[in-house]
Amino acid sequence: MENKSKKNILNNSVVRMIGALTIVGIISGAILVFVYKYATPRIENNIKAATNRAIENIFPDAQNVQKEKDIYKVTGKDGNLMGYAFTAEGNGYQGTIKLLVGIDPEISAIQGIEILESQETPGLGAEISGNKFKKQFKNLSVSEVITYVKNKKPEKPGEIEAIAGATISSRAVVSIINKKMEEIKRQRL
Amino acid sequence: MTKDFIRGLWKENPVFVQVLGMCPTLAVTTKALFGLSMGLATTFVVVSSSVVISVIRKCVPEQVRIPMFTVVIATFVTVADYMLKANFFEISKALGPYIPLIVVNCVILGRAEAFASKHNVMRSFLDALGMGVGFTCALVVLGAVREILGGGTLFGYRVMWEGFTSWIIMILPAGAFITLGLLVGAFNMADKRMKEK
Repeated sequence: MENKSKKNILNNSVVRMIGALTIVGIISGAILVFVYKYATPRIENNIKAATNRAIENIFPDAQNVQKEKDIYKVTGKDGNLMGYAFTAEGNGYQGTIKLLVGIDPEISAIQGIEILESQETPGLGAEISGNKFKKQFKNLSVSEVITYVKNKKPEKPGEIEAIAGATISSRAVVSIINKKMEEIKRQRL
Repeated sequence: MTKDFIRGLWKENPVFVQVLGMCPTLAVTTKALFGLSMGLATTFVVVSSSVVISVIRKCVPEQVRIPMFTVVIATFVTVADYMLKANFFEISKALGPYIPLIVVNCVILGRAEAFASKHNVMRSFLDALGMGVGFTCALVVLGAVREILGGGTLFGYRVMWEGFTSWIIMILPAGAFITLGLLVGAFNMADKRMKEK
């Protein structure tokens, strides 16, 4: 009698189910460990390379880039300080926008921006990665907060023109930069 | 044998006939290259998971087959995601969350459930390969139409004349639905003609 019930437990489908799932789980976990170990350093390299490329686009004469905490210090040929670069991110129209902003050593004017990551609408919001939009940030004063105007040319310093049909994306870029600038200025005080 | 392969290409094409896996089909086909990458990643997942499921099909308890299949599929999807991120960073960035979302692509679980769990390894492999290639072809065609009309390029090369105005709607979600609808219509028309012959 006792023997019979023991047998029943072994043949029990619950035990089989748990066993099968456990084995599959262990094997899949083991495979993923190897893939993760192979891929992680490469992914980190890719991200670093993308950031470096963006810094080079903003500071074409950059010779040396040094990372200090979250801020990249960019120096030129003879070791002179060319400016700083930092990443900033925030919500766009469809997802997170991640930017790289280059700024002069006095922290008074932006040297350029690059979009590292975005999921904006193709053809409209995605134009924030276009040169026409990015160029507006070159030498843009940051002594005041940056503002944007719609459907007309910017007049005051610190003003940019929003992309037609993509005000939300343009505004997102402006507010991401403003927020980060405020943070950086506070740190410097 | 070849029938298993051909089925996914035409008679049971995952996109045009079964209308499965619509989420990546509509979302990533703004460019032909994205359609191709998505299609190849999906092909990799459907082929490998079908083979593995066919191998283990006899020791899978009936009641837990769906979770087991899901674990197998999720493993291969994670592998594909990491490999793309490690080796094709730009493409993986453009495809965003749609690579991890292959897990819930019904084409894959559908093949596991309807075919791989009932047939031997060789036939499951051919069936999955056919489905994968059929899916890839559909995504490339969709992506090509949308890229040409929406941006004037194909695989990044300019194919339209200078001064061609891009139809921005084609790269927006609405363009995906319009193009897919027209392609399914054209597919059915061609299918009908062939049957009449």
